[in-house]
Amino acid sequence: MTYIAKPKFQHPGLPKNELGYTHRDYEGKVSTLCAGCGHDSITASIIEACYELSIEPHRVAKISGIGCSSKTPDYFLGNSHGFNSVHGRMPSVLTGANLANRDLIYLGVSGDGDSASIGFGQFAHSIRRAVNMTYIVENNGVYGLTKGQFSATADRGSKSKKGVMNTDNAIDLVAIALQLGASFVARSFSGDKSQLVPLIAAAVRHKGAAFIDVISPCIAFNNHAGSTKSFDYVREHNDAVNRLDVLTGRDPITVEYAPGTVQVVEQHDGTRLALRKIDADYDANDRLAAMTFLQKHAAKGQVVTGLLYVDPDAEDLHTHLETVETPLNTLEAKDLCPGSAALEKINASLR
Amino acid sequence: MSVKSPISSVNDFVVRFANVNGSGSASANELFARSILRHGVPVSPRNIFPSNIQGLPTWYEVRVTEAGHLGARGGVDLMVAMNPQTWDKDVASIEPGGYLFYDSTKPMPSSKFRADITVIGVPLTAIANSTYTDPRQRQLFKNIIYLGALCALLDLDPKLVEQLIGEQYKGKEKLLSSNVHALHLGRDWALQNLKCPIGLQVKKSDKVGDRIFMEGNSAAALGAVYGGATVCAWYPITPSSSVAEAFTSHCKKLRHDPETGKAKYAIVQGEDELASIGIVIGASWNGARAFTATSGPGISLMTEFIGLSYFAEIPAVIMNIQRAGPSTGMPTRTQQCDIIACAYASHGDTKHVLLFPEDPAEAFEFAAQSFDLADRLQTMIFLMLDLDIGMNHRLCRPLKWDDARQYDRGKVMTAEMLDEPGRDFGRYLDVDGDGIPYRTYPGTHPTKGSFFTRGTSRDRYARYSEEGAIYADNMQRLVRKFETAQDMVPRPLQANSAKPTKYGVIYFGSTSPAMDEAIGILESRGHQLDRLRIRAFPFHSSVASFIADHDFVYVVEQNRDGQLRQLIVNENGIDPVRLVPILHYDGTPITARFIANAIGDHQDHLKVTPLRKAVS
Repeated sequence: MTYIAKPKFQHPGLPKNELGYTHRDYEGKVSTLCAGCGHDSITASIIEACYELSIEPHRVAKISGIGCSSKTPDYFLGNSHGFNSVHGRMPSVLTGANLANRDLIYLGVSGDGDSASIGFGQFAHSIRRAVNMTYIVENNGVYGLTKGQFSATADRGSKSKKGVMNTDNAIDLVAIALQLGASFVARSFSGDKSQLVPLIAAAVRHKGAAFIDVISPCIAFNNHAGSTKSFDYVREHNDAVNRLDVLTGRDPITVEYAPGTVQVVEQHDGTRLALRKIDADYDANDRLAAMTFLQKHAAKGQVVTGLLYVDPDAEDLHTHLETVETPLNTLEAKDLCPGSAALEKINASLR
Repeated sequence: MSVKSPISSVNDFVVRFANVNGSGSASANELFARSILRHGVPVSPRNIFPSNIQGLPTWYEVRVTEAGHLGARGGVDLMVAMNPQTWDKDVASIEPGGYLFYDSTKPMPSSKFRADITVIGVPLTAIANSTYTDPRQRQLFKNIIYLGALCALLDLDPKLVEQLIGEQYKGKEKLLSSNVHALHLGRDWALQNLKCPIGLQVKKSDKVGDRIFMEGNSAAALGAVYGGATVCAWYPITPSSSVAEAFTSHCKKLRHDPETGKAKYAIVQGEDELASIGIVIGASWNGARAFTATSGPGISLMTEFIGLSYFAEIPAVIMNIQRAGPSTGMPTRTQQCDIIACAYASHGDTKHVLLFPEDPAEAFEFAAQSFDLADRLQTMIFLMLDLDIGMNHRLCRPLKWDDARQYDRGKVMTAEMLDEPGRDFGRYLDVDGDGIPYRTYPGTHPTKGSFFTRGTSRDRYARYSEEGAIYADNMQRLVRKFETAQDMVPRPLQANSAKPTKYGVIYFGSTSPAMDEAIGILESRGHQLDRLRIRAFPFHSSVASFIADHDFVYVVEQNRDGQLRQLIVNENGIDPVRLVPILHYDGTPITARFIANAIGDHQDHLKVTPLRKAVS
């Protein structure tokens, strides 16, 4: 719902990235979400990550479902095609888009209602199919657009704004994504941009299904005492296991790390992920350990954040389907149509 | 019981095989049908099968028809009764004077037979058991043994059957020779112990010509290959699963890069119908040609996405292989019952393009064409098959392809076009007045041509809007687009009767062969009818003029509610009394006998006997 035109003026001294684009080139329309909404911080982080990675904005396809979170693709990467599809079905639309053109970057934006309730199945199946994508859930534990109903990620025992206690168990999308074989799994907090930006950048550069659950407090309906998705609660219980630096291209590692405190992971495209350990025992290459760690800390009421798991050698759906390197949407009749001679042979075999 | 002399007929009779499913009879039965074709005699086979894998009754019916009547005829002249479960019903269904072929290994009480039919017993189990030790072999070869016996009884040329077996088991010499051996076991037994041939006989003819024998589902899948589909997403559902399976096997043969061996297609079995259509819409939005195949329940599940395709104007193709509904209905029985559901699928004001192929050849053509139509019209195209066309082998004209044909990708704006001076890109701008706007593929241009696709209302430049006038403007354009579609879709085909008549008949899809045959029967009863075969919705203007040209018109269809009739009444503002419904909906394919009786009886009632004459 964009009624306000964004001014096109930009300061001539704005810094530019490798491709000569400024921040402004990665922005979209003016957000119509509530002032202070966590989702707007995620939007800003996406813009920042794409700017830093020097991605050509039009080479990204933004796909979402329905809900507050799913409106946000209109607010970033204004030169990218976006698709605000139907409720809970972003994963299938994204899968199809990805099959059509393997060369674009696919950014799936969803919410907790969109992905943990109506779209839980599609979330699960897109992950287990290893679609090459960055799947971001803007998780506020509540239905914002319909004014405050609990979502499936709301913790048991948390209270709604009206004081109603949630008695249902919560779905932890991170735990599910790990179990289903996502090859990049992270959790972050919209209030911690310094953690979120490199996570998004690393996910975009990851080949395979990259999933990021971003706790994003709903300022209107889920930011009160008794909520476990409020700014205060998440800040108090945030248990970050690592901090990430994303090193692209041939950049040398310039930051000095004390020995044993950094885990460097090289992704498929050469991007290096330098994980500064906060929890010394945490190994982001160990899926099983990650699952156990998550469960143990969740039981203590802690919100584990950081890059929780990465498999730098992951394959994607195109690898499994053995599709040609050329995007399918560029193939023409001469590539696709077997022609009349082949048809004559088929006719002959049917007599 | 009246004594009826045995039916005597050459190249014109119906054989029905009553089997237990899972017994391996299907391939022997198909071999029977194909071997008659090799005699130059047309056949029209039909599978009648349960929604089950093993143990339930299944029938395979072969209509031998030198005259080329490919619709179901009704009635059985020779019953090959291999299933004790259905024995009584099977025996009862034989026409008076017909024949019953059965396994006579175990004696049967005479009460189990009928006096007015010829009973032919062959000890199939005994022959199989004395020849084979392996239980599975005994079962499988029993089928070939009865095929051999039928060869003798119907006077089939064993060389032609052997030739077919040879083609089927090419390179598998052991299987080949053991099948030929079993064939001769049955044939020799029949020749030595029975009076051969019986009254029903196959004589060589030349009525098959260059026609091919193919299932509609496979033809539609091949049409998708030729039409340039690169993405197929599907969820298994009878009777549509064989579309995706055939697409897979066609692609394996025809769509791999010769150098790299890589696939020029992507096939995904979705987790459900919602995901399947979502994948199709995502792929089409991104410029690939994509389709799904499903049946009625799948259509119900897909309707939200169908509305999105309509409103956001994303090309897509759904092949709907219709089966009897509502709900789970009769999954393995045929109907034309999703006409309304597809024409108006999804909430709000929607209308969709439907194509109605009559046979595999048209299924191939329309399938290929549906991708051009989807791209040109930027909307959902439904290819409406049914189980009768989809899952039965049908004799049809050979498939044709013009190598000069290019794909019509519709109005797609390229980067070069966007850079033209003065070019104004609005995703929903009606530049040409035909209601069809230009689109761009994602990733086309760094700064121009991007837009935000959504199912919400928006203006001509794809900007969100809830302004009433803007919304109405867009909805009106969609109506214009649908009017444009009228002249793009396959036109109705009209065939007039020899003598001028006041009456017409409209029909579509798999009713076609039964209708053609029924016209002949009706003419012999003195009824003349002009025919119009509808091949697509929206209806071409010739539909309304055909109705206007006749006092009234029968609408023959295979559903309870006369759905095509409703659609014609609704869309063309026709007075419903001028369209007389002729409805067949028991799940079996419509027959010429049914149509001729229904229309004939109605016509007979129209004959007014002058009162004076009746009194005198």
